[in-house]
Amino acid sequence: MNKPLSFYRPYFLSKTMSFLRRRNSTDSSKTRIADPNIEKDGADDGDKKKDQYKIPQRRNSGSKKWSCWDNCCWFIGFICSIWWFCLFLYNTMPDSIPQFVTMAITGPLPDPPGVKLRKEGLTANHPVVLVPGVVTGGLELWEGRHCAEGLLGKRLWGGSFGEFYKRPLCWLEHISLDNDTGFDPPGIRVRPVTGLVAADYFATGYFVWAVVIANLAHIGYEEKSLYMAAYDWRLSFQNTEIRDQSLTRIKSNIELLVATHGGKKVVVLPHSMGVQYFLHFMKWVETPAPRGGGGGPDWSAKHIKAIMNIGAPFLGSPKSIALHFSIEVRDIAALRAQAPGLLDKDVLGLQTFKHLMRMFRTWDATFSMIPKGGETIWGGLDWSPETETVNNSAKKGTDNSTRNTGGNGNICDTKGVNYGRLISFNKDWAETHSSKIERVDFKHVAKGDKLTNSSNCDIWLEYHEMGNRAIKAVADHKVYTAGSILDLLHYVAPKLMARGASHFSYGIADDLDDPKYDQYKYWSNPLETKLPNAPDMEIYSLYGVGLPTERGYIYKVAPPSDCSIPFQIDTSVDGDSEDSCLRGGVFSGDGDETVPIISAGFMCAKGWRGKTRFNPSGIRTYNREYKHAPPANLLEGRGTQSGSHVDLLGNFALIEDVLRVAAGATGEDIGGDRVYSDIFKWSERINIKL
Amino acid sequence: MASVLRFRKLCYVESAVKCTSVGYESFEIDEKLDKKEEDVLSANNFALEINKKRKQPKRQPKEWRCLDSCCWIIGYLCTTWWLLLFFYHCFPVTLLRVPELPGPGVRLKLEGLTALHPVVLVPGIVTGGLELWEGRPCADGLFRKRLWGGGSFTQIFKRPLCLLEHLSLHYETGLDPQGIRVRAVPGLVGADYFAPGYFVWAVLIENLAKIGYEGKNLHMAAYDWRLSFQNTEIRDHALTRLKSKIELMYISNGYKKVVAVPHSMGVIYFLHFLKWVETPPPMGGGGGPGWCAKHIKAVMNIGPAFLGVPKAVSNLFSAEGKDVSYIRAMAPGVFNSEILGLQTFERVMRMARTWDSIVSLLPKGGEVIWGNMDRSPEEGHVCDFSKKSHSKTSLTTNNVNNSDLKRGFLVKDLANYGRIISFGKPASILHSSKLPTSDSKVFSRTSTSENFNNFSCGEAWTEYDEMSRQSIQNVAADKAYTTTTLLDLLRFVAPKMMRRAEAHFSHGIAENLDDPKYNHYKYWSNPLETKLSDAPDMEIYCMYGVGIPTERSYVYKLSPNSRCKSIPYQIDNSVHGEDGSCLKGGVYFADGDESVPVLSAGFMCAKGWRGRTRFNPSGIATYIREYRHKPPTSLMEGRGIESGSHVDIMGNFALIEDIMRVASGATGDEIGGDQIHSDIIKMSERINLGL
Repeated sequence: MNKPLSFYRPYFLSKTMSFLRRRNSTDSSKTRIADPNIEKDGADDGDKKKDQYKIPQRRNSGSKKWSCWDNCCWFIGFICSIWWFCLFLYNTMPDSIPQFVTMAITGPLPDPPGVKLRKEGLTANHPVVLVPGVVTGGLELWEGRHCAEGLLGKRLWGGSFGEFYKRPLCWLEHISLDNDTGFDPPGIRVRPVTGLVAADYFATGYFVWAVVIANLAHIGYEEKSLYMAAYDWRLSFQNTEIRDQSLTRIKSNIELLVATHGGKKVVVLPHSMGVQYFLHFMKWVETPAPRGGGGGPDWSAKHIKAIMNIGAPFLGSPKSIALHFSIEVRDIAALRAQAPGLLDKDVLGLQTFKHLMRMFRTWDATFSMIPKGGETIWGGLDWSPETETVNNSAKKGTDNSTRNTGGNGNICDTKGVNYGRLISFNKDWAETHSSKIERVDFKHVAKGDKLTNSSNCDIWLEYHEMGNRAIKAVADHKVYTAGSILDLLHYVAPKLMARGASHFSYGIADDLDDPKYDQYKYWSNPLETKLPNAPDMEIYSLYGVGLPTERGYIYKVAPPSDCSIPFQIDTSVDGDSEDSCLRGGVFSGDGDETVPIISAGFMCAKGWRGKTRFNPSGIRTYNREYKHAPPANLLEGRGTQSGSHVDLLGNFALIEDVLRVAAGATGEDIGGDRVYSDIFKWSERINIKL
Repeated sequence: MASVLRFRKLCYVESAVKCTSVGYESFEIDEKLDKKEEDVLSANNFALEINKKRKQPKRQPKEWRCLDSCCWIIGYLCTTWWLLLFFYHCFPVTLLRVPELPGPGVRLKLEGLTALHPVVLVPGIVTGGLELWEGRPCADGLFRKRLWGGGSFTQIFKRPLCLLEHLSLHYETGLDPQGIRVRAVPGLVGADYFAPGYFVWAVLIENLAKIGYEGKNLHMAAYDWRLSFQNTEIRDHALTRLKSKIELMYISNGYKKVVAVPHSMGVIYFLHFLKWVETPPPMGGGGGPGWCAKHIKAVMNIGPAFLGVPKAVSNLFSAEGKDVSYIRAMAPGVFNSEILGLQTFERVMRMARTWDSIVSLLPKGGEVIWGNMDRSPEEGHVCDFSKKSHSKTSLTTNNVNNSDLKRGFLVKDLANYGRIISFGKPASILHSSKLPTSDSKVFSRTSTSENFNNFSCGEAWTEYDEMSRQSIQNVAADKAYTTTTLLDLLRFVAPKMMRRAEAHFSHGIAENLDDPKYNHYKYWSNPLETKLSDAPDMEIYCMYGVGIPTERSYVYKLSPNSRCKSIPYQIDNSVHGEDGSCLKGGVYFADGDESVPVLSAGFMCAKGWRGRTRFNPSGIATYIREYRHKPPTSLMEGRGIESGSHVDIMGNFALIEDIMRVASGATGDEIGGDQIHSDIIKMSERINLGL
């Protein structure tokens, strides 16, 4: 507080002084003009005065530089010096001091699981393979257009995002794939970063695998017994093999790991989309050579001890629908509602959303996340596995109350929520019973009624070919389930879906022995493939619960404009009560913020449990849930008990499970199933032939 | 803080004097006529007032003036800096980019070259990065951070002793000490840059990328360069991984053979690998006798240290190189005195001696290759330290004649390169008959157990501490050592180290290569004690720089101070030869690339393996590609595009072009066969080795 005062005081002083002095000087000047002799007469006096004067004048010239500008400089210099001094002190300080300080504030931190288990005597045993998910893996540039000159070998994605924030359009151009082929555009080669650095940190300080790796290292793991199966997560799974031979490399590396560890099988840790990628890999590796890896029918049995799927979207995630449909998710939609101008306007010619959407739609891999299994899994118009049927609603109410008091409650009040309706075009349509909804079929409405100026749009999207009539027809259909949503996507983006459909499938197989299921597009769908014949293998599904997860959306038709995306999440819609599942146009269910429990848990809870047709050799499966607890204080960072999709990788309980299995424990040893949610009850409601 | 603020207040009071005059000026424009006088007067009056007030704090102003102007200057600089930085960031990136020299990659791409054969890069000693996987408490927070190479070396400055401890290996086993795990950084990042801006492989990688190379057909065979070669396999499975990687690349790139590009020590590492991979499992990789023929198209050795480097001798003997000893001479206080208790040399030596790999670089082949007391293959080499001569000689195409001419002037001061270490200048010049009889039996005379200075010095650091004063003197009295007696010398001064390392490396010449003892892995990295594999289609290139004076032998002296834990020997940097002599600062120089003499780099390709010899039974084609050193002509070129220096040669455009042509399918004859600037052929002829 002192500073501004002291800063201004001199100015006041000088003002008043100049005022005083002016009066004085005018007086004296008058006398002088009147009598010029005074100067001659008072020569001696004058000398004296000059002597006296000399000193202040020298001072004057010396202090001339202290103007306002100089003060600024002084001030900045002062701050800088202090800053540097502090920095210097900080850097010379031993590294243990900050740790000591945090210890003093929070009390002793719990030992990280690696340290704890090391004391128990666990050591590195089985080699570990990490399979990163979508988005978290790094990509680097190997060949670029002119605008990316000098960025060879720099990271386009992940890390610090290099120098690309300076040239966003250039970045978009390079990170996008070719719309027709699904590969790199000509003249651009963007390739996955290899090695553990590929996905240890996503951005500086934002860990992905780093915590897991650090804890594995505590019990003796090192680079030779860890392998990060980095792949280009933008491509469809089979294309990673065609372009980069990624699957071949994974196969060769796993074989190498097994060979160098005296025949010890690997423990695989896939995360997020990596789960499906690895499912695809297992099928690929046992398929004979021209189409597959030619590893023979017992390759998995020989090389894999356990697959510990983390945050597994086995059956897809509803989030991907919103991303495909309007490049929105809950957070973005909320942001848009907060500041409508910011993202929608063509600020600086950057049409953020459309650019992003175009980029996003060129990535084949995102199709793998579209909900699989249709209405059987995700629920129909009037039922969903997560909610009791209407008949039981009374009982349900009591259930809820007891749960809430027991602390084991749901995320929100699921009463009357139709989770099966993934997209509805009004709140009413989301709630009324299906018998009361009249739906118009949109598939036969002709497109091509072009919006007036769509040819001017500099960013081409398939939406621009739709026309008003088609948009209206889509909205008039009112409600979409997991089954009809595919029709919708096929309708609004036919080319895109045609490309996607050649690599991924979303159905449920009736007869798994049908030879058509040998095609690679079915390999990543657990409902259309058989697990390998490896009775000693174990499959874990490790996922977080206790976080609101997007499960359904309420859409509206966007105010028509020339080149915009015609649909938007209707953020104005909220539920009636406090704990309603509907908030900001999004229906939430239980999950890990990205993947709903039903997608993560169903396969291990029912689809593969025991000997089923999807799991003919009876591979043992375990569900391990981790209840989300927010970090107790800021010092914990992203929390050691988090259940969120990515932060789960820093969850101590999960890491402990992983370490124990890697050190040789079986699923029974670590405690079998560990379930907080109603996943088993929900799975029972799903009526699927096993 | 408060006092500073008070000073500033004072400053304003003073500046008020100036302000008044300005204020007056603007207010009373009509009275301009006598403004000056008034000004003077008014200031005068005011000054009187002020003077009274100022009597008390008269002392202080002089003190704060300096501090304030410092602040002012810093602030000024900062502001301008920020402004410039701001402008710099505002500019479109392409505007400010320094126009880079178009590398050979761009040109060759236009010629239509594309990626064909997968490429394996094998880094050499020191250039590879090392990261921490498990450490002592002093290395907290460095998990998976680079301890060596790559990023910045800031950590080394922050906690030098901690780093030395972690980089050292166990003195007896040659593996990690208990509780420390330091591992090689894998991937291309392992050795693309040694320090920020100091490229190693980066330029080559960049150019390869231009013609279509990427992660799947470009591999960096990173290994822990501190370990002995077989230990990298025992500890890290580095050789198995390299084998699997090569097989994978061979298969996934359409059954195209691999071009290997080893550098420096990587050359003998790869030699070891080639032998290992065809040896049956317990000791080798079990690839079968046809593995190399099937998987490898060419081995393009850059700056190959086939027969070792004399630099390793001085490094092991006294932890010195040419540059270090020069610095020591310039500023004797810095390194020698025990400032802050840091005995730099002693600590560095202690660390370096735990690294087995340095022993692999000791000169191989003994007196046959490196010369004896009175004769060496490089005899008559002309040393000219003036930089101009490089360009001059390179202009004359026939520089063999050139050096023939000059040889006439050099009769009186012949360099006896064969004496790799001599104590005192006379010992390095005199004919061997005039020297005291050097006899390796001297060493056995003094037993190391009778040391006495050990008691006063506490814990022994280097093995020098375990030697008695007498035996140290004896070593020096022996006057001169050749490469053969040098090994005895090292065995004497550092018995434990040599015992450990010689289980992994051998430095002799095989009499009979079919002797079953040569199946042991310790001979695999010595080209004079192994046969090349049976791969007649393979090609071996020796690519190295010439035209830079390279350390070849040393003149030593006893270190003047006899403190505890000091190294008793030093390069005698006061010894200089006459003009035109190869002796400078206690070091005899020969032609080479600053680290590896031509002899070591070129002999195997020039003679040892040329044609069908006993070392090369299947007649693998060998090519010598020499690159004459030219210093960078302008600053823009950085470390030069025509450099011949040991590491900078990786940025040499001619060399890069050769590698790219071979990688995209050319054979040695297509790129022009041999390209020789030095006397390597003549030197090789002088070496009398049964082939």
